[in-house]
Amino acid sequence: MRFFIRRGIFYIVTAWAAVTLNFFLPRMMPGDPVSSLIIKSGGQISPDAINSLKVLFGLDNGQSLWEQYTSYWNQLFHGDLGLSFAFFPTPVSSVIQQSLPWTVGLVGIATILSVILGTTVGTLIGWRRGTKADAVLPVATFFSAVPYFWFGLIAILLFAVTWDFFPASKGYQPGLIPAWNWEFISSVLWHGILPALTIVVSSISGWILGMRNMMVTVSSEDYVTVAQAKGLKERRVMVSYAARNAVLPQISSFALALGFIVGGTLVMEMVFSYPGIGFVLYQAVTASDYPLMQGCFLVITLAILVANMMADVVYAFLDPRTRQEG
Amino acid sequence: MTTTAPALTNATLQAADPILEIKNLSVDYGFGDDPTHVLQDVSLTLNRGEVLGLAGESGCGKSTLAYGATRLLPPPGVIRGGEVIFTGRDGVKTDILTLNDKDLRTARWRDFAIVFQGAMNSLNPVHRVGTQLIDAIKAHGKTATKQEARDRAAYVLEMVGINADRLKAYPHQLSGGMRQRVMIAMALVLEPELLIMDEPTTALDVVMQRQILEEITDLRDRLGFSVIFITHDVSLLVEVADRIAIMYAGEIVEAADAKDAYLRPRHPYTRGLLNSFPPLRGPRRELQGIPGSPPDMAKLPSGCRFADRCPFVMDRCRTEDPALSRTALKMSEPERLVACHLHDGKASEVPAELAIQAPQK
Amino acid sequence: MTTVDTNNLEPQELPRPDAPGVSHTKQGPPKPKKGSQFVFLRNSKAITGMIILGFFVIIAIIGPWIAPYDPDAFSDQLVAPPSWEHWLGTTHLGQDVLSQLLVGTRYVMIVGFTAGVLATILAVIVGVTAGYLGGWSDEGLSLLSNIFLVIPALPLLIIIASSLDGGMIVIAGVISLTAWAWGARVLRAQTMSHRKRDYVEASRANGESTWRIVLAEILPNLTAIIASSFVATVTFAILTQVTLAFIGVTSPTDWNWGTILYWAQGNQALARGAWWWFVPAGLCIAAVGVALALINFGIDEFVNPRLRSTGRYARVLRKRGVQARVGFTPIDRGTTHGGVAATPQPGSPPGGNSFAPEPSGEIPASTNVKG
Repeated sequence: MRFFIRRGIFYIVTAWAAVTLNFFLPRMMPGDPVSSLIIKSGGQISPDAINSLKVLFGLDNGQSLWEQYTSYWNQLFHGDLGLSFAFFPTPVSSVIQQSLPWTVGLVGIATILSVILGTTVGTLIGWRRGTKADAVLPVATFFSAVPYFWFGLIAILLFAVTWDFFPASKGYQPGLIPAWNWEFISSVLWHGILPALTIVVSSISGWILGMRNMMVTVSSEDYVTVAQAKGLKERRVMVSYAARNAVLPQISSFALALGFIVGGTLVMEMVFSYPGIGFVLYQAVTASDYPLMQGCFLVITLAILVANMMADVVYAFLDPRTRQEG
Repeated sequence: MTTTAPALTNATLQAADPILEIKNLSVDYGFGDDPTHVLQDVSLTLNRGEVLGLAGESGCGKSTLAYGATRLLPPPGVIRGGEVIFTGRDGVKTDILTLNDKDLRTARWRDFAIVFQGAMNSLNPVHRVGTQLIDAIKAHGKTATKQEARDRAAYVLEMVGINADRLKAYPHQLSGGMRQRVMIAMALVLEPELLIMDEPTTALDVVMQRQILEEITDLRDRLGFSVIFITHDVSLLVEVADRIAIMYAGEIVEAADAKDAYLRPRHPYTRGLLNSFPPLRGPRRELQGIPGSPPDMAKLPSGCRFADRCPFVMDRCRTEDPALSRTALKMSEPERLVACHLHDGKASEVPAELAIQAPQK
Repeated sequence: MTTVDTNNLEPQELPRPDAPGVSHTKQGPPKPKKGSQFVFLRNSKAITGMIILGFFVIIAIIGPWIAPYDPDAFSDQLVAPPSWEHWLGTTHLGQDVLSQLLVGTRYVMIVGFTAGVLATILAVIVGVTAGYLGGWSDEGLSLLSNIFLVIPALPLLIIIASSLDGGMIVIAGVISLTAWAWGARVLRAQTMSHRKRDYVEASRANGESTWRIVLAEILPNLTAIIASSFVATVTFAILTQVTLAFIGVTSPTDWNWGTILYWAQGNQALARGAWWWFVPAGLCIAAVGVALALINFGIDEFVNPRLRSTGRYARVLRKRGVQARVGFTPIDRGTTHGGVAATPQPGSPPGGNSFAPEPSGEIPASTNVKG
């Protein structure tokens, strides 16, 4: 239980830190984005919205920093992240609400696929060292050294421009209305294949290398030798004794690497103009849409925290030592 | 080496009922340009029903011998030659080193089981004790049903004095002594004919050591398996072993009946080793230890490997490697072999402490 | 972004549940001989990595001088494929891609190494302090590094960089602020394990000051880990910087590999099929990344001998048709291998096994025990 309490405290503190960081970021930025927006909007912006933006950016000069901080939290609890400049006058929260499922779908599925495939391949080549499968290692090293987005560019060049297999961008056929019908769903799947494959290809090598190294380390543990001495089947020793232990650090490293991976996959969305949160962030950056940027950052951080919690649960499920008190 | 050695080997084969014969086993660490020859042509015979103690300082190759013979030596160990003949109850002889993977898997644990050094790491931390016991049973198809396998696991656990409800425990929930007992139970789960125990009590406190030793002796009397017992503690061996082989720097330097070796050591190293440990019972002796440290296996000296530390070193020792053979003492010691120039009959005088007379029967 | 840097460090970093040392490999492979610090330099992976990295460092220094054109200069050859005149073709404005690449190397290297140095200094300070002091300062500092690990660096950097008009040093500084946490975590774990060892206990008992123990006793033993963490951070910094430039949040007029990709992406290089515009920059990133990864493999194998020996022995054995496996010690009777036959192999006694080499005339050292 102590494991979960400790982790719970950690998540609360991290969430608090992310929100606080988000609060201070715009206050450290030069210029006054809100005034310029108000001027640009030509009086179409409601006083309420102006007020909300002022809270967000700390422009309400009458308030002390602490008062600003508390009213910022108050706004957050009401789900108010301000108005987007780029998609004016849509609230930031609705913009994010629309884009989040796309990211969770694409990045989530692709990452899980990549972890499972990479761990499996890493298990095999880590177990049987000195076979031809070791040739995977230099390839994996190369792949892990290349930025995700460059893979995206190459994938588009090869499979969308040179050979017209897949669409080069967007999440679905333009003109379709999102709905739960086959036409739309198949279009989504069709558009998702290339970005998903690119994410898998560019992130899988990290899992292969990590699992391979852990397999090499765990293979020399006594309990693996004991398992061999017991005359167990090769498969049983590899899976149930070696891989079963080697996967534990793989899970903690998954949780920690998630920040890196999500960062990389967000850029992938930008390359593919995929309607997820990464692309929204990109649009926000190009339009200097600060409230939207902050909202994206906050939501991405919280999503990673949730993924971390899930990794914790999986870890605790797999390692009896964490489940024990003490 | 003198030509008497093969004759002795043959005599051995005729005289007794061997269960395991290690012949000329050679093991290297590393491969390629610069391997270390940790074992060179080591031979050892274990008779049925016997407890053979294998002793020596850490790094002398005693564990390497045991793991090499069972092909469990981890990389970069490589077996460079030799035979390991296992003779089953039915009299069928198999060379463990020539078995294919499948047959080796079948033979393992059924014919010979091993209690590893350090039970802390020998149990898989993520599986329950029961699972790991049943794993061994299932792998050899000894039991048809799940229930029978579980009953068998519970039975062996109770046999080593652990309550059967501990089948559900994870290794980290057990104490060191309990884990060691679990490992012994696990080794006995298929009733093997041969048990190799590698420092089974080293990590335990003295009280626990004694309990476990008594249990092993007791179980051997009940189940009748043969044991190779590896330890660095010679005085411990006298308690459990019928016969003792002393190893130094990858070679066997003395082999004798346990009591003989203990009371009347012939090799200077055996004597030094005995003086390094307080006896578990009996009169106290002055502890002396052996000055210096074993040679680097990668750079072995010519001649006797113990020469640099030997209090009785002679010029010959620096150039000639002594062979393991009978002593030239004027008493009959058929059970004893020593690799020392002092005992080959050419030395002018054997030091008194290495020539203690056995009491006349 | 890559995960290799994080995964590579994992084997040393993890708190291992088992007690160290008790294993039958005790008498295992001989310890590296004297001068083992330089064993690293004999590692072929590390050497390859160093050579590739050295090449790019030289380009970073001389790039602007050897560039055939001004990277900003327009020409009338628009989006031209590679030719003798423009080895790597031209952009939509007729700029020479090779010159942009050569000039841009300096920016990439400076940002990478500056961020690496800054982040490593931070990591050492936080990690070693937490690991050595323990207690509440450890709790606090660990929490801090874990928070920095979990908060996604790239979105944060995008936001910060887009609101700053910084040059490369500012970018390097900001990147280093998000990149120190991993190294700190690894160093903390290592420091903790060293703190409990005898030599540190002895120094403490001798009354040496904490500072002296940390600087003179512990830090030298962490060199490999610090180096590995530095290399990983440089990799991270280069990838991050290139990504930021590609998105366009850093100044698009400062040439680096990322800005080349930014202009290529923004001007339909993909749709025009102008591969020469964005493929070389990516390959350069990959080459530097591979070089750094190789150096880190070298360090890893140096620190963790298990990784080192396995690959090498497995390869040698495979050539001879034997597979190195846990639980099935390879048997190699060595009758054909020249190097082994040359070592004095004791002959087999008469009646011995038929697999042993021919008796060599040496006195056999065979030992037999009579039962």
